[in-house]
Amino acid sequence: MGAIEVVEQPQIADRPAMKSGDTVKVHVKVREGDKERIQIFEGVVIGVHRGGARASFTVRKVSFGQGVERIFPLHSPTIQKVEVTRSARVRRAKLYYLRDLKGKAARMEQREESREGSRK
Amino acid sequence: MVTGIIGRKVGMTQIFDADGTVHPATVIKAGPCVVVQAKTAQNDGYVAVQLGLVEETPAKSNKPTAGHYKAANVPPTRVRREVKVATGPGGAASDVALKSGDQVLVSIFANGDRVDVIGTGRGKGFQGVVRRHHFAGGAATHGSMFHRAPGSIGASSFPSRVIKGMRGAGRMGGGRATIRNLKVLRVDPENHLLVVEGGIPGAPSAYVVVRKAITAKRIKVAQVEKPKKGKK
Repeated sequence: MGAIEVVEQPQIADRPAMKSGDTVKVHVKVREGDKERIQIFEGVVIGVHRGGARASFTVRKVSFGQGVERIFPLHSPTIQKVEVTRSARVRRAKLYYLRDLKGKAARMEQREESREGSRK
Repeated sequence: MVTGIIGRKVGMTQIFDADGTVHPATVIKAGPCVVVQAKTAQNDGYVAVQLGLVEETPAKSNKPTAGHYKAANVPPTRVRREVKVATGPGGAASDVALKSGDQVLVSIFANGDRVDVIGTGRGKGFQGVVRRHHFAGGAATHGSMFHRAPGSIGASSFPSRVIKGMRGAGRMGGGRATIRNLKVLRVDPENHLLVVEGGIPGAPSAYVVVRKAITAKRIKVAQVEKPKKGKK
């Protein structure tokens, strides 16, 4: 194990396997004054950037007709947990083309759980 | 108390705070070092130690250097650097004086300390004045015919030469560079690792000297937000 991994190891949090096209619920800790609550950001993962403790992922959702994207550090302590609710079959690693699509065009075909034996 | 150690830059990563703040961090493999020569006020006029960085691969040494290491009774090392020894208020060494062969480990630093990192910066090659000396350059468009040139470098027939020290294009970088007052984020004595906040000179695997900051800044402590009065 290299020295960088030795430093990063204690920071790695337990996160589910995520892929582009997955619909996820990200439970984010939000601080308001001295209170802390959980906010859920639900959307489609349009990209995963890997790299040890520096990994991040981008979640896109359409909120009141306005596209919203949020980039989360994968191992950030502000993320309480990530739930994968749906997986879709996609042919790109980065789904930036979804930014130009809306409504029906932005739908994605559900991935059959049985077909992907390697995951789960 | 010895004030510095030799290390090798490993690379950069990031460190999370409990509240999710991300700090850019550089990992340094610092030490273990051995004292090759202890300089004393009687012999040398000042107090310091010459350290050698102990590495896995044995170092080559010619006869004069081999003799120098033999006097200290330590195996030869590839790099040697001198660091100061902090003296007490009376000018005397604050604790037991280090002697040749003693080990210096990364545990001389603690989390939250401020350190200076000295190394050789990356060479940038032949660069123009805009990058090398931050000249403003000219407008890119609107008919401007002056873009990144240095402009006038002096008068003509008198003095008929360029004044010495005129800033111009040329080799940039690749020299000794010191970054001061970096904060120590982690100390790992087991693996001889030191993690400092921010970047340090040189490419990964470059040799650096880490010393206690000579102009230590006060460490900023985040102010606790006062609860607002009134209804919640």
